Amino acid sequence: MLSYLANPFRFMRFSKIAIPISFAAGLLMVAWSLYNGLFVVPPDEAQGGDLMRAMFTHVPSAWLCMGLYAALAVSSFIWYIWRHELADVAARAIAPIGAGYTALCFITGSIWGQKGWGAGWHNLILGDSRLMSVLVLFFLFLGYIALRAALETRQKAARAAAILAMVGMINVPIIKVSVDMWQTTTIHQPSSVISIGAPEPREEGSGMDWVYLQQLLWGFGGHSLLAAAMIMMLMRSEVYGQQAERALALKLEGS
Amino acid sequence: MSAAPLLSAFRQSLFEAWASGAGVLLPLGFFAGTAAMVPFTLGSEAELLSRVGPGILWLALALSSMVTLERVFQADLQDGALDLWLQDTGSISLVAAIKTLTHWLVSGFPLVLLTPLIGFMLGVPTTKMIPAMIGYSMGGLIFFLWGGVAAALSASVARAGLLIALIALPLYVPALIFGVQMIDAGFNSPSFMLLSASTLFALGVAPAAMGAALRLAAE
Repeated sequence: MLSYLANPFRFMRFSKIAIPISFAAGLLMVAWSLYNGLFVVPPDEAQGGDLMRAMFTHVPSAWLCMGLYAALAVSSFIWYIWRHELADVAARAIAPIGAGYTALCFITGSIWGQKGWGAGWHNLILGDSRLMSVLVLFFLFLGYIALRAALETRQKAARAAAILAMVGMINVPIIKVSVDMWQTTTIHQPSSVISIGAPEPREEGSGMDWVYLQQLLWGFGGHSLLAAAMIMMLMRSEVYGQQAERALALKLEGS
Repeated sequence: MSAAPLLSAFRQSLFEAWASGAGVLLPLGFFAGTAAMVPFTLGSEAELLSRVGPGILWLALALSSMVTLERVFQADLQDGALDLWLQDTGSISLVAAIKTLTHWLVSGFPLVLLTPLIGFMLGVPTTKMIPAMIGYSMGGLIFFLWGGVAAALSASVARAGLLIALIALPLYVPALIFGVQMIDAGFNSPSFMLLSASTLFALGVAPAAMGAALRLAAE
């Protein structure tokens, strides 16, 4: 599938149809999970009452932002080894979307955690190890975007950014381990008070209720489709931009 | 391949440190100044200062490592030394590693030697000083290695200081965490082992990335 789409013409043909479909389907799924999450499912007192409804945005975006950083590193790797133009276009498009989802993740996480921690939301971001690693991920995305913007030629920017994305990726596991270690010795409450993040079994060992998990999965599917559609849109605009540059150069040359 | 480019890189970064006025003293002054500002922001309570002291020193070390990072590779790119190294040897990574290690020797290691003084000022217990200094040495190396990657990547960018800081800070996080923990936990702790492991990891991986970035910058 991926090698089939590696051809830019095939990609343009495919994305022309795929973008509206996945955008619409993603919107519908997100809307469905939000509607159910905000109005239908009962609030879970153990998870912070009505505040736990932030979960239906928070958890899918947490899954997605890790995945998007990995996708950024993989496309950078493909571009660096095989110099496939479309891989660089993809990496460039993934970065802002990934940064957006990381921001969404720690904003919703801190809203959700407000009640559980009861100490204002700065405490939550800075006190929870999982949110903290998402915050570091956000800075990795920001550094990538800033480096791309700072280098003057496209080729140079692409190469430098690819090196940075790969260096960042091999550091992500170490960062994750270190931030998890930091949390066990912190003076803040451990995150078991409310288990932020993946739908793990709760204290009483009953596992997450199907009503919640279902909406999470809808949200995850919807946000993945939305992200894919937005990334493809950015990629298309980039391809069009390059074509326009080429057309301009040809015109100036007089042919 | 001959050792000549490595030697010249070593000698050059050694002299470079002294060349522009008091190059070596700059990070020292910044380091001491940052740490000395702490009582103004946190208050002069002795108990509080001795508790946060080691952490403050880690932060000051991370910040002052950035003061000089911008110069590490930019000067070589501008005066053409980089092009010569690229012509002369197959392994630009080795040159980059030598440069980074020398850089650590002239502007990282002096900070470590200064830490007992500032630590004493902040009232950090003397028993913690030895593990702290060994931690700072390794952490400083990690800072310079990952920071060097950021500096090499942005070598052709003018006024790259803030960009380097933004790129390098997330990569500093593990060293900061392990380093602060090992001061309390001592040598026989997972934090110390993880800090050593990250140092070795950075030593192995960062020069390769720096080499790739420098080859790109020279084009």
